[in-house]
Formats: sequence, C-alpha cells, structure tokens
Amino acid sequence: MKSEFIIKKVFINFLATLIALLTLIPFVWMISASFMKTGECAKFPPRLFPSEFDFSHYKFLFQNLEMTRHFINSLLVAILVTTISLLFNSMSAYAFAKLRFGIKDKLFRFLLSLMIIPGQVTMLPLFLMLKEMGFINTYLGIIIPGMASVFGIFMLRQFMMSIPDSLIDAARIDGASDFRIFFTIILPLSRSILITLGIFTFIGTWNDFLWPLIVMTDSSMYTLPVALANLMGEHTQDTELMMAGSVITVIPIVILFALVQKYYISGILIGSVKE
Amino acid sequence: MRDKTSFWIIFVFLAPALSAIFFFFIVPVISAFLISFTDFDIYTLGDFRRLRFIGFENYIKLFQDELFYKALVNTFYFVLVGGPLSILVSLSTALLLNSQLTKFKKVFRTIYFLPVVTTIVAVAIVWRYLYHPRFGYLNYILSLFGINPVDWLGDPVYAMPAIIILAVWKNFGYNMILFIAGLQNIPSELYEAAELDGASSWFKFKSITLPLLAPTTFFTSIMTMIGYFQLFAEPYVMTQGGPLNSTLSIVLYMYQEGFRWWNISYSVSIAFVLFVIILIGTIIQFRYEKRIHY
Repeated sequence: MKSEFIIKKVFINFLATLIALLTLIPFVWMISASFMKTGECAKFPPRLFPSEFDFSHYKFLFQNLEMTRHFINSLLVAILVTTISLLFNSMSAYAFAKLRFGIKDKLFRFLLSLMIIPGQVTMLPLFLMLKEMGFINTYLGIIIPGMASVFGIFMLRQFMMSIPDSLIDAARIDGASDFRIFFTIILPLSRSILITLGIFTFIGTWNDFLWPLIVMTDSSMYTLPVALANLMGEHTQDTELMMAGSVITVIPIVILFALVQKYYISGILIGSVKE
Repeated sequence: MRDKTSFWIIFVFLAPALSAIFFFFIVPVISAFLISFTDFDIYTLGDFRRLRFIGFENYIKLFQDELFYKALVNTFYFVLVGGPLSILVSLSTALLLNSQLTKFKKVFRTIYFLPVVTTIVAVAIVWRYLYHPRFGYLNYILSLFGINPVDWLGDPVYAMPAIIILAVWKNFGYNMILFIAGLQNIPSELYEAAELDGASSWFKFKSITLPLLAPTTFFTSIMTMIGYFQLFAEPYVMTQGGPLNSTLSIVLYMYQEGFRWWNISYSVSIAFVLFVIILIGTIIQFRYEKRIHY
C-alpha cells in the first residue's frame, strides 16, 4: 500500500515537471537562439544553447530597425488606453452600481448583450470613420476605440456593488457631492480591482495585433507586434534576429506578469462570475 | 432612502464611457450591417454617388465563394478540434495541480500560465521556427523517438494541427485557473462519503467531479469557442493562410478582402456571418447547459 502511494506520487510529480518543460522549451529556445551567431540555428542537430553569446542581433534591431521607436509606441499606447479606460469605465460603473435612475437595469443589460458581438464586425466602418476624422496612423486611432469597454464596466460594477451604501450616505449627509464621493471614497476602495483591470487592459493592448495592423500604416508608428510581423516578411531566413525581436516583445510582459501575478489570476476569477 | 439622483449627475458619470461605446462600437456595428447590403468598394471610397443598394447579393455571393467555404471549414476544424482539446488539457492540468500529491504547485501554476500573457505574434514566430522541417526542435525531438520529419507548416494535412498545438500551448493556462477554482469549490465531504462506500477514483471523478464542474466547463467552453472562432494572428504570421489555403480562417479572409483588396461590403458581410455563427454557437451551448445543469 505504501509503495503504491510513493509510485503514484513520483509519477504525478514527474508528469507535472514534464508539462512544465514542454511549456518552457519555446521560451528557452527563443531566448537562447536570440544570442546565437547568425546561421547557428540552421544546423542539425539543433542546439538548445548558443556556442558563444552574440549580442549583435539586439544591437542591429535597436540601431538599424527603429526598435526603440516601436517599443515606445507600444508602451505609450498601452499606458494611455489603460489610464483613460480605467477612468471612463469606473465612472459609469459607479453610476450603475450606486446611483438610481429609471432605465438603469435595462441599459446595463443592453450593454452586456453587446459583448456577444465580435469586434471584427466594427473594424471596416470604424476604419472609415477614423480616416474621415484624420486619426489613421496616429496614436488616437488605437486609443479612441479602446477608451471604454463593457467588460471593464461589468467588472468594476460587480466590485463597487459590494461597497456599503452607508459609507456613501454618511458622506452625503456631510454634504459631499457625487464627484467627491467618487474620487475620495469609491476609487480608493476599488484600488485592487482597478489594478487588476489595469493589468488586463495593459497586457491586452500591448499584445493586440489586428487593430494596430489596420490603423498604423507608417512603419514608424507600428507597435511591437505589428513591427515584428512586418520584420518577419523581410528577414524570414534570419532566425536569430527574429528571436531577438520576439524576446524584446515578450519579456517586458512576462516580467510585468511575474510582478503582479496575484492580481491577474484573481481578475480571471472575477471576470468569470456570472450575473 | 435616497431620491433619484439628478439627471445631470448621472449624465456626467455615464457620458464618457457610453458615448465612446455608442460612437465607436454601436454606430460601426449598425453601419456595418447597412454596408453589407450595398456594393461599397474601393471605387465608392473615391465617389460616394456610386454606392448602390444590392440587397442580399453579398451574402449570396459568399455562399457560392469556394474560398469562403474553405475558410469556414478550416475555422470549424480549428474550433471543434482545438476547443475541446484545450479544455481537456486545462482540466487535466487543473486536476494535476489540485492533487495533494503534487509538490511546488505555485511554481507549476505560474509556468503553465506563462504562455497566456505572451504576445501571440511573437510566440507564433517562435513556433514557426520550432516547426521548421529540417532545423526545427520539434522534428528533432520526434526523431529521437524514431519518427520521420514532418513538414508541419508546408503540408496541408499538418498545417492546421500545427496551429492547434500552438493554440493549446498558448491558451490552456487560462481555463486551468478557472478549473482549479471550480475544483476547490467542491465540498470534500462528498469525496469522503464516496470513499466510505468504496468508490474507485474513476467513479468519483465521473459522478462527483465532472457534474459539479459543469458550470465551469460550460463557461470555459463558451469563452474558448468565441475566442477560437476569431482565429487570425497564428495563420497570418505562420502560414499566410497556406499551404493551399489549408489554414485560411474566417477573420483572415475578412482581413484580406477588406484591407488588402478593399472589397468593403463583401468583407463586412464575412464579419456578419462570423457574428451569426458565434451567436448560434452560444445559443446551442446555453440550450445544452439547461439539460445538464444540476
């Protein structure tokens, strides 16, 4: 009986380790190939580690291929979308959670029903609209459609409903306006959910591909994923260079995730709560 | 109790988000719907007087379009094989991490979850090289087991399975988290009672774990299905829809028609068909959930 238990334990932990290795191999190979000398990837049998460290691909990306510019584009767009959408979403979430008006429930249910419509439906009309407004190939072209989201409003409302009314009523008796209540009571109390949603939005915007691909027409405006896909067309054979580009795109987000994992995971669970 | 808040205060709180959603989501959806019944194309962009109402012609053309048919079949292949496979891997890893025998659970959880947060374009590029028929790591590992090299992305038979493997690797961690939470919500007394009756592990899994996980399975299935129908970046980066259009997806076809050839009304019709498919898929799953709900 006891030996059977030990065999089971060894087997399960072996399996868990094996899956972990399978999950990690693409990352390990990406990082190590980015330091290989040009052509070292095109050898058989393939190596898992470079024979010597070569930083020239990173140097080339930043010096000859505007990688700094793409990095700044990605960072700027992600920060702006995150900040603006957090403000806008939390304002209407407060109205839906704590203010009273006749059509509140109907309006909220209507908003939720919009979530079933895939974003691709809007892309062409949106593109033509933004083109008329002169926002194609500008940061605003990405920021404007990202200013608010039903999912964000939903998540924040769920959280704000749990803030006790007595807190708000007490402030109101003291003569505080709704704006004051929103900024000095609601927002500070919603800190954890704001961080969670902020991380979601930031990572989502950083990784987004289809819309930036459509909106950014000039290579100096490309975000990292678009720049990378474009680079792929010109440097397909240059495996080591492409891996260096992938590292620059992926690693910042992996580091961010490692730092805020707790918030991210709890956000997934909040987002899955059904009405 | 408080009275209703004044109109202006509600207006100020709601206006920023709701007007953004109205002007940049609802208006485009309605425009798209109207455009799909016109012949809006690259010439219309230059001169709006050319715009004509053509009824269902775009949709009729779509269902006679062999390439669209191909994209439809490919996307269903991806959703119907890749979706259940993803859920299966998510559930298995959740069970693994929920087992009392497993050590270092937190470390494993973080590692399994890592692919979820990564940029799909970047990992698709990495996998494109891992799939290389001669120098790719995957074929090298397979060769150690005596398996002949596979031309993953160059062979129409293997290209979609290759994309499915990448998708499962990238996404299983997300649903795994939901399954772990679902497993932890199952009262342990149920298992204890079953053990007293001498139930086997398989019996416990089949008659306690699975039924009580049904709500989680339902939610993850719907979300995975909706996400997988929107397949785009993987074939765009890895195969451009090839070889022989074996990885052309609905969204990739929509993108090519709309933003490469500027067949605007045709492309918008494709997007609407996608919407209708997702809608029907969701309704079917809701119906099914009602039958299995405990």
